[in-house]
Amino acid sequence: MTNHWIDYQHSDVIMAIGGNTAENHPISMKWIEKARDEKDAKLITVDPRFNRTAAVSDLYVPLRPGTNTAYLGGLVKYILDNELYHKEYVEHYTNGTYLIEEGFDFNEIEGVFSGIEDDPIRNAKKYDRTTWQYQRDENGEIKIDPTMEDPNCVLQLMRRHYEKYSIENISKITGCPEDVLEESYELFSTTGKAGKAGNILYAMGITQFTHGAQNVRSIAVVQLLLGNMGLAGGGVNAQRGQSNVQGATDMAILYHIIPGYMSTPQQATHPTLNDYNELETPPSGWWTNKPKYLVSLLKAFYGENATPGNEFGYQWMPKLDGRDHSHIAMYKDMSEGKVEGMICWADNPAVSGPTAGAKREYSSKLKWLVSVDLFENETASFWKREAGANPEEIDTEVFILPAAASYEREGNKANSGRWIQWQWKAQEAPGDCKSDLWIVNELFKKLQQLYREEGGTVPEQITKMHWDYDGPNGEVDIVKVCREINGYNVKDGSLVNNFLDLKYDGSTACGNWLYSGYYNNLEKPPTKRRIREKEGIGSHLEWSFAWPLNRRVVYNRASADPSGKPWNPDVPQVWWDEAEGRWKTNDVPDFNVNIPPRESAKIPFIMLPEGQGRLFSAFVNDGPFPTHYEPADSPVSNFLYPEATYNPISQRFYEDHVVETEEEKERYPYVLTTYRVVEHYQSGIMTRNMPWLIEMMPELFVEIDEELAAELGIKNGDKVAIESKRLYANGDQKSIEAKACVTKRLTPLMINGQKKHIVGMPFHWGYMGKSTGAVANDLTPSVGDPNTTIPEFKASLCNIRRVG
Amino acid sequence: MELTRRSFLKLAGVTAAAASLTSVGYRKAQAAPGERLRIRYTQEFHTICTFCGVGCGIICNVRDGVIVNAEGDPDHPVNEGTLCSKGSSISNVSYVFDEKGKPVPNPNRLTNVLYRAPGSDRYEVKDWDWALETIAKRIKDTRDRTLEEKAIVDGREVTVNRTNSIGWLGSAFCTGEENYLFHKMARAMGVINIDHCARL
Repeated sequence: MTNHWIDYQHSDVIMAIGGNTAENHPISMKWIEKARDEKDAKLITVDPRFNRTAAVSDLYVPLRPGTNTAYLGGLVKYILDNELYHKEYVEHYTNGTYLIEEGFDFNEIEGVFSGIEDDPIRNAKKYDRTTWQYQRDENGEIKIDPTMEDPNCVLQLMRRHYEKYSIENISKITGCPEDVLEESYELFSTTGKAGKAGNILYAMGITQFTHGAQNVRSIAVVQLLLGNMGLAGGGVNAQRGQSNVQGATDMAILYHIIPGYMSTPQQATHPTLNDYNELETPPSGWWTNKPKYLVSLLKAFYGENATPGNEFGYQWMPKLDGRDHSHIAMYKDMSEGKVEGMICWADNPAVSGPTAGAKREYSSKLKWLVSVDLFENETASFWKREAGANPEEIDTEVFILPAAASYEREGNKANSGRWIQWQWKAQEAPGDCKSDLWIVNELFKKLQQLYREEGGTVPEQITKMHWDYDGPNGEVDIVKVCREINGYNVKDGSLVNNFLDLKYDGSTACGNWLYSGYYNNLEKPPTKRRIREKEGIGSHLEWSFAWPLNRRVVYNRASADPSGKPWNPDVPQVWWDEAEGRWKTNDVPDFNVNIPPRESAKIPFIMLPEGQGRLFSAFVNDGPFPTHYEPADSPVSNFLYPEATYNPISQRFYEDHVVETEEEKERYPYVLTTYRVVEHYQSGIMTRNMPWLIEMMPELFVEIDEELAAELGIKNGDKVAIESKRLYANGDQKSIEAKACVTKRLTPLMINGQKKHIVGMPFHWGYMGKSTGAVANDLTPSVGDPNTTIPEFKASLCNIRRVG
Repeated sequence: MELTRRSFLKLAGVTAAAASLTSVGYRKAQAAPGERLRIRYTQEFHTICTFCGVGCGIICNVRDGVIVNAEGDPDHPVNEGTLCSKGSSISNVSYVFDEKGKPVPNPNRLTNVLYRAPGSDRYEVKDWDWALETIAKRIKDTRDRTLEEKAIVDGREVTVNRTNSIGWLGSAFCTGEENYLFHKMARAMGVINIDHCARL
């Protein structure tokens, strides 16, 4: 999130799209309701189902799963056509004025940008981005047209790109009636006026598509056009589904980054530390500091073994081979016998992964599997008869390590608003249960000991790692970990105040520059603060610590005009006091307060080299402007671009995996979407073992609209079978079963003149635990976004039939 | 699964469930009148809810080392004392309630290290020392056989120190400190297959 939960109270219009906040983040509604009660704010819900958020909204916008880019593209066109964008904001704070190379083009037949070429390694297409670059003058300065009338300026290119995204066309793609589309566009566009704030909040119903990154980009584009970034009540607000998914991302539990959002070294481009720094450090913007953060990270990792003479241990960091190594790719390698061991820390991919049934089969190719969890989960027990397997045929060794519950261990959890809050321990864990911190500490110590005693392949990679976290009585000392993450001066071990203290010469160590400052005081660590704000706008600057630098709303320079006057003086983030000649603030400024306002106004988006928000971005793999592509499994062809396939840049991992032919479209005629319910959590392995929650939501169901139910002879509570192409092989169609929930929450949509039905399933169930049920993800495809490889869970095709 | 209301009530204890769920919702929290205080003689601990990313504050009431109640922290600026159904039920992870409303350990909770041998149809209980030693040996065996030390890239030898043979997942459930050490350990092993529920 660029903003935070309490900040929702300042919004004038809130759009909940691709996320059911009332169900999945219930307490967010406290702040949305406050905005509605106190300032007559409006709530728009955009979702395939009339969900719990829709039920309390001012306006509900139905749409077919997988058509968010089209819906938001229609909004962009509406804003541009009706001149509703925030002109001063766009002119000063975005790249709308920038000129793009003359050769930049878009093919309206195939739906692809200039520079398209084959990518045989990924079995997809890729782009040569030469024509996507900014025009520059002889001094290398970006050429701009402040009037935004030049045909090659971003704003004009954007008008052309979105020409086809008319309300009429968007209605045909999404299935949403034209008048509802128009009403929603008109309402949200009112936030383009200075003094109004529009908030777009979303979750996996935006990201989990083969065009998920472009959906998020669409939201960013809308918010930049309307001048909604950086100010109270505005923002691009990704509502995180787990208590520390923000933190786990910050700590880079992802193959492609290392802590603090720096790229993992690649063999082709980063052979040495110098190569890495030269390529990864931009000429301007905040990331010019990257070498300081990287060297400090290497010092935290390798301690005294990291010296200027050995590139601070850089060569011990594993380098990537240019291939994808995320979930889908990892399991494909497992199916080919390449991955032979796996460690799952509180992770249950046998339920939560796409094409989960196939993934469970691949698991039998593992030699060993370690599962750390509170309850016996489906991933660990893939070999059991309950999973449909024959144990005698499976040679995988499985280790289950019992973990401590959240309140049986301490540590920080970063919420969606980037607040790094302390989770205190309330009771001891039962039996042999241990915290993951204890387990990882003991396991790595044991591994280091083995390599010290026996040697092995490149033992230094393990033995040179600085690892010293033992506390008294066989426990792990968490403060030692906190110190390392926060950062310290190597000479005397004193804590650094924040990342402004970090150095390139190896004199500082810091495990994650973004967290620097969260534990800069041993007696009173900022992460443990519990002081509520007495007056102010709800920033609560003395409650815990927010990254970066305790800032609550990022890019807050953009909340004021170039002279420093806040766009909305009622809830200013920052404002320039002309009389005193200085900035006053309700937040930690996201800019240099020591330069004149008109200077800081030139770079409000400080992380970017050009310092201004990107309406056009050459840094996205599948195109600089968001473009409507159908999901991989789609009931219709692309209405805007007749020869377009699903996202052409998305990697094709498996052949014959998604619905392609007309015959298949008839065999799987219904659009399937998956979601969560408030009583259960993720793969369900916790909540399906919690009796109070099981009573409230006892079993798996599939939601079917009344018309479809009547057509198929299905009554509420009937057992039905659900089939997809993923469960079809060699003429044999398998299915999963669930109880039918016939509902008014879903209604058929008219897609370009054809009636299409949507069915929905929660994905919380599996075959272990107290409450069991089929795994919905057995149906979903292993296809992903070309930027992130996030799987396309939210839109696929299925068939349904009554059982018995 | 068949779960009748009657069998559930036997399991959970209706009084306990009803008492705990009175504070569910996002409006201002209110105490139910006439309710007997289950938090008498307890020690309070602050914690953060383990479920979604709102990050609500929870007060855990602990008596004799047993969590007997968990409710929204009224001082917490985000939730101001309120919680949803999951957050209100958080203590169920370790304790459920018997027919008399007395907390008993959740019978499904894992409390032992378990091991399943190749071809076996059951788990055996093991101790930590054995498990840590054995897992470390498995990691070492796989890593020693599969670690790529160098690769030739465009005719140039590059140090890569990686293994594609180990997968590493999670976790958004774990703390920042735990995830930091996960990352550190994975990279020390040369692991490049790393992911968690940010994608799933």
